[in-house]
This record gives sequence, C-alpha cells and structure tokens, in this order.
Amino acid sequence: MNASAKVKLATVWLDGCSGCHMSLLDMDERLLELSAKFDLVFSPLVDFKTYPDWVDVALVEGAISSVEDERKIAHIRKHTTFLIAMGDCAVTGNVPAMRNAFGPEPILQRAYYENATIQRQTPCVLVPQLLQVVRPVHEFVKVDMYLPGCPPSADTFYTVLSELLDGRIPDVASLSRFGA
Amino acid sequence: MKTIADVKTLVIDGIDVSARGDQTVLEVARENNISIPTLCHLDGLSDVGACRLCVVELKNSTKLLPACVLKVEEGMEVTTNSERLRHYRRTILELLFTERNHVCSVCVANGNCELQALAQSQGLTHVSLPYLNPKLKVDASHESFVLDPNRCILCTRCVRVCAEIEGAHVWDIMGRGVDSMPISTSLGENPTARGAGSACRSARPALFPTKATSGATIPSIPKWSRISTC
Repeated sequence: MNASAKVKLATVWLDGCSGCHMSLLDMDERLLELSAKFDLVFSPLVDFKTYPDWVDVALVEGAISSVEDERKIAHIRKHTTFLIAMGDCAVTGNVPAMRNAFGPEPILQRAYYENATIQRQTPCVLVPQLLQVVRPVHEFVKVDMYLPGCPPSADTFYTVLSELLDGRIPDVASLSRFGA
Repeated sequence: MKTIADVKTLVIDGIDVSARGDQTVLEVARENNISIPTLCHLDGLSDVGACRLCVVELKNSTKLLPACVLKVEEGMEVTTNSERLRHYRRTILELLFTERNHVCSVCVANGNCELQALAQSQGLTHVSLPYLNPKLKVDASHESFVLDPNRCILCTRCVRVCAEIEGAHVWDIMGRGVDSMPISTSLGENPTARGAGSACRSARPALFPTKATSGATIPSIPKWSRISTC
C-alpha cells in the first residue's frame, strides 16, 4: 500500500446476510476518521456498478454458493492486492454451507414449491445457478487475511482497518473468533 | 512400618518440578501453572488420550506423547510448547472442525465452548482442510435433552461421566474413525436421547466441551439442564 495516497478500498457482498457490512457501518463516527485514509471504490454501500481495475484492499463478505459468486471472486482476486475474507461465511462457509449435507435441490424444492402457493417453479432466468456445495472463499482464491466472526464486531473492524491503513498487519486471532 | 514417598523430579519447559510417582505430566504441569490445552481431560475422570491436543515433546524421543496419559519418570525433560506442537495442535483443531458441522454462529454453545475458545487461543482464524459436511440427525426425542452429533468431537466425557461417576454407563461410542457416533445403550438397537436422558442425569452443562447434548428450555427441569448442557 502506498502511504502517501489514499488506499483504494472495496467491499463485496457474496452469499452472506450483509451483517458484516452492518457491523462495518457500526463503527459510526470512527468511519469518518478512517475515511481520511481510504477511498471506497466499490461496495454495496455505494453506487459504483463495476469493480475497478485495481483495488488495494477488498473485504469480501459471504461464502461462494453460486456460479455467479465463483465468477465474481475470480475477478476480484485478479484486480485486488490484499483480499480479506470478512466474517464466518467467507471464512468457513457458515450458515450458507448448512445446506451442504442436503445439496441445492431440496433447498430449491422447499423455497419455490413447498412454501409457494402460486407460480410454483424454480427460477431459471437472472438467478444464478447454485453450486452443489457451498465453500469458503479460500477454497477458490488466495486469501491474504481471515477475519472470523458472525459478524466481526465494529471494534474488530476498526482495529483491523486502522492497522492496515497504517501499513501494519494486525493479530486477528486476538480480536475475533468463529461465531463472535 | 515407615512408608517412603515415591517422589520423582523432572523438568517441564525448563522448570524443575517434583511429582508423586503416579501422577501424569498433565497433572504436574497444571500444579505448576504450566498450561497444556486439552478437550477430553476432565478432573475426576479417567484419561483416555482421545483428543491428542495435550501432546508434548520428550527429550531423546521423536514421538509426540499425550500428557494426560504420560506418567512422570525420574529425570524426564518435557516441552509443552513449540512451533512443532502448535502446528500439530492447530491441525487437530482443523480436523475437528471439518469432521462435523460446527457452525459456531448458530450453536447453543457459542461463547461457552472449549473448542471455539481453544481455536482462538491457538491462533486459528480459518480451516485450511476441506469440510466434510456430514449429514447427521439431531435427536430431540427427550423432553430435557437434545443430542446433536454435529457438535460431537468424540471426547467421550459424557461416556466417562455416566460410567464412572453415575455408574450407569448408558452412553458409549459406536463405529470407527470419522463415522464414530455417541450412542445410548439403554434402548438397544434404537439408540435415542430419550432413554439416555432418563437413565443418566449426568449430562450436565459444564462437563462437555462443545455441548453436543444440550438442554431444551423447559421450566420444570433443573437449571443445569436448561442452559446448554452436554
């Protein structure tokens, strides 16, 4: 990271509940302090539609559950210097991976047939095809830092981002854990 | 007739310590405030060396030995913490996380789990091995207890408490390797938490590292079994 310029930061939402993003926002006014050191260049929280050609740090929330997630994470990795798996879904698969013992078909059956009263059909347009098994981000691409927690607390986010933006690598294990 | 005390002297992590001849390295280490991680050891029960997290190094031996079943010997030199040991302990924890479905965020034991806490203290921020995602049935047939094999780490604490403290021995482990499962022996071919919970009230909350059996929220049952039990 170049200390003289603002860090280009991205956040990404794959198969997660957005709780990690909510926790990120829970930093409240501390976000203003940190924002002096970064530009948010891509995120569900802002309006950019395409992932930039170059990103310094990306926080990736969510597991890889669909062909779309798989395509996105490959693209993100290619255009990111430092990729952080943010939260238990990205780190372990967590709740989305609870379907792994059953496979996607019973899940689709439950959602679109058993729980539907009209128009019972599996969506096949615009909705990406589910993978047979939900897996954590590091099983698809190299991950530079793991930030476990469901979600990681706002204090954890603040410490981690403060350290990274100052060019240091924080001791994540002392800050958060699976399920935190 | 005068009895001569059986005292051994040994070195643990460079510290000279003395011990009774029948003690284990784990016992002596803890008496001397030397921490060795364990999941299957519980004071008052026999030791079985199931989890292997307490492995230590012994001078002049290339083997790693579990401290909970390693009897002290005169002059032995033990190392309880090294990069090699940390590597093996982290790998053991990874194997435990991948064998079953330990989804901390939705687990009744979240925040009160020895496996979860140990993972953090050993610096485990992710699991590099592939998850097996086994399909395991939760047995909620008993009014007070739920048996969830998804959380079982096969420590056998429940088996030993029930057998050695209660004297009932209605729990045991069936199968081999990753297919091993806790079973109740009280209902023969149809093992279920119903029989075990009734016969053995030893499934108490503080005894079991990951709360593979947990208490349902029923006001009429004792407090210890309403919080997440074993």
